[in-house]
Amino acid sequence: MKLTINGKEQEYTGEEDRPLLWYLREDLKLTGTKFGCGVAACGACTVLVDGEPTRACMTPAASLAGKKITTIEGLDTPAGKAVQAAWQELDVVQCGWCQSGQMLAAAALLTATPKPSEQQITDGMNSNICRCATYHRIRGAVARASEIMG
Amino acid sequence: MADTATFSPSRRLVLTVMGLGAAGFAVGCSAGNTTAAATGPVTQTSLGDYVRIGSDNTITVYLRHIEFGQGVSTGLTTIVAEEIDADWSQMRFEHSPADDAKYGNPAFGGVMGTGGSTAILSSWAQLRAAGASAREMLRQAAAAKFGVDASDVLLVKGKAEAGGRSASYGELAADAAKITPPDAATLQYKDATAYEFIGKERDASKGFGRLDSADKVSARAQYALDYHPEGTLTALLARSPKFGGKVASFDDTAAKAVKGVTDVVQISNGVAVVATDFWAAKKGRDALKITWDDSAAETRSSDQIFADYKKLLAKAGHDARKEGAGAAALRGAGEVITADFEFPYLAHAPMEPLNCVVEYKPGESAVIHSGSQMPTADKGAAVAVLGLKPEQVSIVTMLAGGSFGRRATQDADLMMEATQVAKAINGKAPLKLMWTREDDIRSGKYRPMAVHRMTARLDKGAIEAWGDRTAIQSIMAGTPFLPAGAADLSSIEGGFDIPYAISNITADVHWPTSAVSVLWWRSVGHTHTAYAKEHFFDVAAKKLGKDPVAYRRELLAAHPRLLGVLNLAAEKAGWDTPLPAGKFRGIAVHHSFSSYVAEVAEVSVKDDGTFHVDRVVCAVDCGIVINPDIVRAQMEGGIGYGLSSILGEAVTLKDGAPVQTNFFDYGVMRMAQMPKVEVFIVPSSEPPSGVGEPGVPPIGPAVANALLAATGKTYAKLPLGTKA
Repeated sequence: MKLTINGKEQEYTGEEDRPLLWYLREDLKLTGTKFGCGVAACGACTVLVDGEPTRACMTPAASLAGKKITTIEGLDTPAGKAVQAAWQELDVVQCGWCQSGQMLAAAALLTATPKPSEQQITDGMNSNICRCATYHRIRGAVARASEIMG
Repeated sequence: MADTATFSPSRRLVLTVMGLGAAGFAVGCSAGNTTAAATGPVTQTSLGDYVRIGSDNTITVYLRHIEFGQGVSTGLTTIVAEEIDADWSQMRFEHSPADDAKYGNPAFGGVMGTGGSTAILSSWAQLRAAGASAREMLRQAAAAKFGVDASDVLLVKGKAEAGGRSASYGELAADAAKITPPDAATLQYKDATAYEFIGKERDASKGFGRLDSADKVSARAQYALDYHPEGTLTALLARSPKFGGKVASFDDTAAKAVKGVTDVVQISNGVAVVATDFWAAKKGRDALKITWDDSAAETRSSDQIFADYKKLLAKAGHDARKEGAGAAALRGAGEVITADFEFPYLAHAPMEPLNCVVEYKPGESAVIHSGSQMPTADKGAAVAVLGLKPEQVSIVTMLAGGSFGRRATQDADLMMEATQVAKAINGKAPLKLMWTREDDIRSGKYRPMAVHRMTARLDKGAIEAWGDRTAIQSIMAGTPFLPAGAADLSSIEGGFDIPYAISNITADVHWPTSAVSVLWWRSVGHTHTAYAKEHFFDVAAKKLGKDPVAYRRELLAAHPRLLGVLNLAAEKAGWDTPLPAGKFRGIAVHHSFSSYVAEVAEVSVKDDGTFHVDRVVCAVDCGIVINPDIVRAQMEGGIGYGLSSILGEAVTLKDGAPVQTNFFDYGVMRMAQMPKVEVFIVPSSEPPSGVGEPGVPPIGPAVANALLAATGKTYAKLPLGTKA
């Protein structure tokens, strides 16, 4: 079965119920997608599937035939680039573990809503946990990314 | 790690118990030697134990502390960059090898480790010296090269210049390494007015900011879980559902039938399933059938433990403080108020669950990649389990996805488990032992449960007597971190040493025991002592009709640094200005880890009782500030971490087993609950002190005090939940 990951076609031959997360991390060495909870409760494993934020830890790789999957390593959309620039500019990261997921969620939010209100930012980001509690800077960085996008 | 005021581990004890004996290590770079870099044609030259210069003109600082978000990779590097006169673009960092002799933490009696907010505090003098020493060696090398007097060499932004000639540090490093390092006593340090980096604001336009940002934003950063050499086998361990339970028997037939499972092995902490990948290991572990022997296990529920603790509080415990007449003064004229403050077990829940990778060659060597917070203890555990010599074991410290104390353990639990499994499969492949989130939430090492019985006698318009009696498990008793028979006052640090000028003070503590394991959790004893002290202070002030800020000023007259942050926070929060209807303020001030922090919480309370923390104004005095933006980041994060715990976090036990399992029922805070945070830093020329932990303690009581202002109630049971 063929999956498209960061624009590259991959042949998936693994177990039917194996989550995409482990295929990305263990087989493809795309380790930017992180394991946080395994039950779609924290967002550390967020990837984009046809542009939609999706939890890779509970999504079987085999369910994604023909879909376009974007991980942090392939996040090169205008929103994605703006998000990464803003994250760096504001030094959002602390431990960094959740930040790939945060940036993918932010990129999806800004693609759908290029000028989000404060409430829309909170709503769009609320399912991604950061134990370092960088939320304060994430808010600022999403707003800054929106400015960068123009 | 406990506050250094109450934490004094014995290095000898640590080494003995961890199986190292008195043996030293001989790992890592040697000073003054030229070593080839791991990749490419760049030559690396060490100038002392902490500074390495590449022929590509990069300057790498060895971190003896792990970077897990608190910013040491930037902070420690900044100190060296300043004294060596570098250009910021040259600066790099790398975790040092596990080597006590070179990289021991002076704040931990020379044991290598990160914790207690000691990184900057314990490194300041050392890294200034490392930078200044390397600078003088470079100066000498340049003088020889240019044929001029050393005093004529100008060092600026990573270059040496004299008489129209110029050479980069990269070009000078090999010659500099041959020069005898100067006598430390003769080193001259920059005047603070000449600082280029220390105390300077982040400036993205100049590329001056966190050194770990770029790699973390691009996901190039490598954590232990990302290390996955070809052929790695993954192990998950089934541990006892109840604390203190042991494996009685197990049936692994179904587990072994799972495709990908290669081995099932019993180790001291349970039964491990080893497989070709995570998913197979998980399915294998789910299929195990284990019968547990619970004869020595904890079987109580949290309610019962609280009831048992309160029974203990009827009697006096270990005396920790007596001022004036002490406990006797709690009886007498006026009004006596009392409240029992109840604190639950808390999980650290770092975003990257525990894991490490052991590459073991029986009888030869082991290389272990781990987010190691105490490499000495980890290495000792690996040496003991694998039966290797210390020089045959190397710990490669990776970035860690948070810790908050979880990676610094008294018993090196992760390393013990991983090396036991690696040994059981005879090192046939690299072995990655992983904890799932459920393992993390349910397997202990919690912030201990605690009950503080707070009592005050109010008379003549003042607090006449103050009493704080606590029941709490000790984190350090029975471990190498506390001499046998010594009192573990870290259990009540920040409480028994209450700084208010009250004539009569008593503080005592009981240390009940349990099979539930407990551990240092970001700001340790201060997590509960500051809450009980600062909230009960406001309860008393309210009874007395006193303003919380004015009364604190009165009783803190002898503590200028506490007063400084109190006044700054109050001023910036507009303490004396009215708030709109439905909004309330609370303040708390606390000293921990050699730093001083005050926080004002602005809380809105709706008609239905639900509340939200809208804004927090924080003032911090941490001595000389190395990176102001990282100080701010740590205060923001500390406030978020502390707020999360007091709003929604608790591990509760039912019949000895944790009720919570994962992030859907262990209630960590999300963005919607995060207040706006403003941080103000008190200018200071005192030695730099910690920022990782001191932001945590004041937020809980500041919020509780705002709720007290709103409702008049005492908030003595945590977590607070969503309603006032």
